[in-house]
Formats: sequence, C-alpha cells, structure tokens
Amino acid sequence: MGSNSSRRRNGRIPKLAVWKFASCDGCQLSLLDLEDELLELADRVEVAYFLEASRAVIKGPYDISLVEGSITTPDDANRIKKVRSVSRYLISIGACATAGGIQALRNFKDVKEFASIVYAKPEYITTLERSTPISEHVKVDLELHGCPVNKYHLLEAISSLLNGKRPNIPSYSVCMECKRAGNVCIMVADGIPCMGPVTRAGCNAICPSYRRGCYSCFGPSESANIASLSKRFMELGVDKGSIVRMFRMFNAYAQQFKEIERLVSI
Amino acid sequence: MPSIVERDDFGAFFTVLRDMGYEIVGPRVRDSAIVYDRLGSVDDLPIGITDQQDKGFYRLMKRDDRALFGYTVGPHSWKMYLFPPRIRLFTAEMHGNGLSIVGEHYNPKKLAFIGVRACELHAIQIQDRIFLNGAFKDPVYESQRRNIFILAVNCTVSSSTCFCTSMGTGPKVGSGYDVVVTEVLKPRHQFLVDTATAVGDEVLSKVRHREASMEEVEHAMSMVEDNAKAVSMKRSIDTANIKELLYNSYESKRWDDVAERCLACANCTMVCPTCFCSTVEDVLDLKGEHAERWRLWDSCFSDEFTYIHSGSVRRSTAAKYRHWITHKLASWIDQFGTSGCVGCGRCITWCPVGIDITEEVKALQQLNKER
Repeated sequence: MGSNSSRRRNGRIPKLAVWKFASCDGCQLSLLDLEDELLELADRVEVAYFLEASRAVIKGPYDISLVEGSITTPDDANRIKKVRSVSRYLISIGACATAGGIQALRNFKDVKEFASIVYAKPEYITTLERSTPISEHVKVDLELHGCPVNKYHLLEAISSLLNGKRPNIPSYSVCMECKRAGNVCIMVADGIPCMGPVTRAGCNAICPSYRRGCYSCFGPSESANIASLSKRFMELGVDKGSIVRMFRMFNAYAQQFKEIERLVSI
Repeated sequence: MPSIVERDDFGAFFTVLRDMGYEIVGPRVRDSAIVYDRLGSVDDLPIGITDQQDKGFYRLMKRDDRALFGYTVGPHSWKMYLFPPRIRLFTAEMHGNGLSIVGEHYNPKKLAFIGVRACELHAIQIQDRIFLNGAFKDPVYESQRRNIFILAVNCTVSSSTCFCTSMGTGPKVGSGYDVVVTEVLKPRHQFLVDTATAVGDEVLSKVRHREASMEEVEHAMSMVEDNAKAVSMKRSIDTANIKELLYNSYESKRWDDVAERCLACANCTMVCPTCFCSTVEDVLDLKGEHAERWRLWDSCFSDEFTYIHSGSVRRSTAAKYRHWITHKLASWIDQFGTSGCVGCGRCITWCPVGIDITEEVKALQQLNKER
C-alpha cells in the first residue's frame, strides 16, 4: 500500500463514481473483476458512488465518473446532465454508453410497436424512440469501447488520469492485435467471415485467437470500411440479411455501422 | 563443389544444430496454414503439404509426394523473431524522490532458421540495413541477429502470388545464409547442399553427405530455373522507373479507387517481411511508482501513427495506401538504397479483400501513360 503522500494529491484522494444507465451491468462488473488491482485502486481513489459495489454513497462532486449504459428514457436524459455537472472527468464505458448498445436495435424500428407487444400495459412505459450514446447528450472526456469493456482499459484510464499521462487505448483494427499475436487470419485461410478488419482493437483478438470470427464487440475502428468488407462477406457466401445482422449487434448504432442496411442494398 | 544429403539423413541437421545449442524454428502446420514456430525434429515440417494462394486466399492441400519444402511462404515472416511484435524496452522505478531506469538485457536464444526462402533472405538483409547500418543500431534486433543460423531453401515451387523474379530476389538463394539446400524429389528424394560460412561447413561436416555430381547439380538447378520461369509467368512488377512512377502519381485518381477497397486494417504491413515500424507505449501502475516502456509493431495505416499536435497527418485511407506503396517501392530506395519489396506476395494473400500491389502498380503505370 502506498504512503499517504503518494495517495493524496492536493491533500485529498480523488473521488470515483460509477453510474448506470440502460445496460446489463457487465462493464461495472469488469471493474469489480479487477481482483488483483482492486485493493490498490481503493487505496488510490475514494470509491464514492458505486451502487453495484456498495450502497454507501458519498456526496459529489466527483473527480472521475465512469458511465455505463445508454440513454433510453426522458429521466435518464436529464440524469446524465446532472452526472456531468458533478463530474470533473466523465468516461463512458462499454458499447451501450459509447454506441447505444444492443438496445439501440430499436432505433431501426418503431419502439411503440415493441412496447405494445412486450408489455401488458404499454401506457405505463415511458421510453425514448432511440437508445443513444452518452456523447449525444453531454461532453465525454474519454470513451472506452467493448461489450464488455476490457477491464485493463478501465485500469489504464484511471491510472492515466491519476498520473497525468495519456491513456493507451487503441482505435486501430483488431487485425493489428491479431497479427501481433501471431494468429493465422481465419478469413483468408478458412474463409470465415470476420469483423476484425473494421473493428476497434482492445480485446487482444480473443475470438480469432480461438478460430472464431470477430463479433465486433468493440465497434468500428477509426477508419472502418464497411462497404468493402460487406462486399467481401458476400463473396464468401454470406447473404445480405446475415451481413446486416453481423453489424446489428452491440454497436449497431455506432456512426459507421448504422448505415449497413443502406450499403448492402446498393 | 556442392554436396548431396539423402532424405533419410536430412534430420541430422536438426540434431546437429540442437547439439550446437540452437533452438530450431521453421515451417510447420498450425491453424490451417504453414507458420513459423519451434520445431522438434524434421518430422514437424509440413511433409507432403502445399499451399494454394491467391488474392485474399490461402488454403493448405496435400501433395502426392513427401516433400519437406513443397510450399511457399505463409503468414509469418522471420521478422517475428528478429523484430518481435511486442517487447519491453525498459522499466522505471520511483524511489522516494528519485527515479531509476533499468534497461533490458537482451539475452536471445541461439536460433536456427530452417527453410528460409530467397525472398526472405533479401527481407532480412533489408531489415539489417534499417536496424544495423544507421547511426543508431537497434539493440533488440542486433542481439538476436547475431545469434541466428540460416538454413536456406531454393524454391522449386511457387504460389500464384509470388513475384520474386521481377524484384530480383528469387527463387534462387543469393547470399546471407549458412547452408542452402535444394530439394530434389526424383529420381531419389535428396538434397543438394551448399555452405557459405564456417559454421555452415561445421554443421554439414556432421551430417552424412557426399560430393554431388555435375549432373545432380544441373538437375537441381534446372528445377529452380524452371520455377523462376513459372513465377515470371504468373505475377510481376515492372520496376523500370518505378520510383519516378510513384513520385509522379502523387495526385493519381487511383488512390481513391484503392481506398474504396482498402480496409486500412494494416494486415499488409503486419505480414510484410520488411515493414519495420513500431510504436512505444508506457504502462504505469496506479501508484505511479513502477513504469514500463513497451515497443509494439505499428502500421502506417493507423491514425495514431502520424498523430501530432492537432491530429493525424494522414487520415484518409487513400493517403495511407499511397504512403505505404510509395515508401515500399520508391522512397525506400532513396532512404535505404534498395526497394522495400521482395516480391513474396504476403500482402496480396493476406489482404482480407485481396488488394494486389502488382495490379496497383500496373494501374498506376496505365494512368501515367494516359497523362
């Protein structure tokens, strides 16, 4: 454990808050999953608001806010503004918070229709027509992608903020991680459709490492060329409907992915 | 005069090299491809296996013989050993108010590379110029490079993606090896063997061999020559005035065409045996007391690669591809006195959408003529 002097800056420990919006809690669990680092983390930051971990709440403002989940209700649209106003740094974490999540599939359909089928009393449901990322509502200082986030990216982001360095969070393709790992490309050598070439690195190419096509949990890479990859998928024998569904996953509403239906119908 | 080593005696190279303290790395089948990895014995080679390659396409197939080297190059290249994809450069520790930096001591294992092809030897020599010949030598590369034994193979088969003949890099091995072999399957399965270094002589002296006859030498060499003709027929780059072609193509409309197809995924640069770019990442613990600097393979296809104040210099895929091919085929010559391309065809095979550097050059040449 560090000495008091190394823990404190300006005489106090930075306060960390973890917020939940429309999400499955998996990204918050990734933080709790940092088993070997949690004690040290608790020594470096004051976990001031983290309902998944403790009901004890310490009043804001907060130095670092981690925000999980997308905005799907009018209440949440207001609440995220309050979170922003009490946070020095706001980091959105996971596919929901950065791209709207799997629940953003509603954005391509009529949400009222879903509500009328799912709920016995749909009139009790107040929901927005679209599930949207945090960055559509407030200024976000850093986005950590993934479904769920890579727990070491959480650590890297917090550690970088505490120590005043730039975080190492890649935005290039999964292919770079895959090749660095020495993997054989499954698309070229096995003809398996893989989202890796248009997907942001960060997972250490976990699926291709097990000879499975990438699902794009981390969403579009910086220069994702989905038109070209879709064309290649078609050459590999994937039908248009399946291609649309490959992009309509956790990051369906990400800027580069949401145009897929229009692109493959050209 | 070259020697003949019978197939049954070829395994002795492995035991001799191991007895001399070398770890043996070379081609073997893993995950639907022929990769480079540790080899236990000659039986670990892809015996009776070949590869079929095309643009964005690679498949393994059975041969109707028991050839040890009846295939061409796969997704890996030797740079993974000489220029590792990920390596720690130093560690820094905070003590009270002081900072101490602990450098890495690279203690590389002695590695014997088995089955190095002519194009790959050229690639190693090109990386030598980059990492060893300048004012600053790369200590990681240098320490491993000094501990390499090279058993090269003359190519008697080629893939549709090979274009070594037009780049002047193969299929016959030129220089830079310790031992070079040519595999002969008929009438007897044997190897024509030659040496170029004292250590190569030492290794061969411990392997059962006899002097080759003139006919045996001619027979083996004719197979390599036939293969050279086959490569020339399949794919080529016309390298006459290639530098001027690319420098004159800066504003070519071809870049937008290629950008429509290019995924900017960086696979071409990762598989290229001469691409040498890296980045460094600093990793820090939560307390800020222990830091490590790591070097990783980087690519000119990433935004981060050219990130400076106010953003990345090359943001469009058109600009990135133009940069890559112009450096590889043109400015490399100005920078290092050699082309950066050895015609191995990896960037063609392992491009997920099959962009072909030879086709792109032809398209640029055509557009240049029309101007």
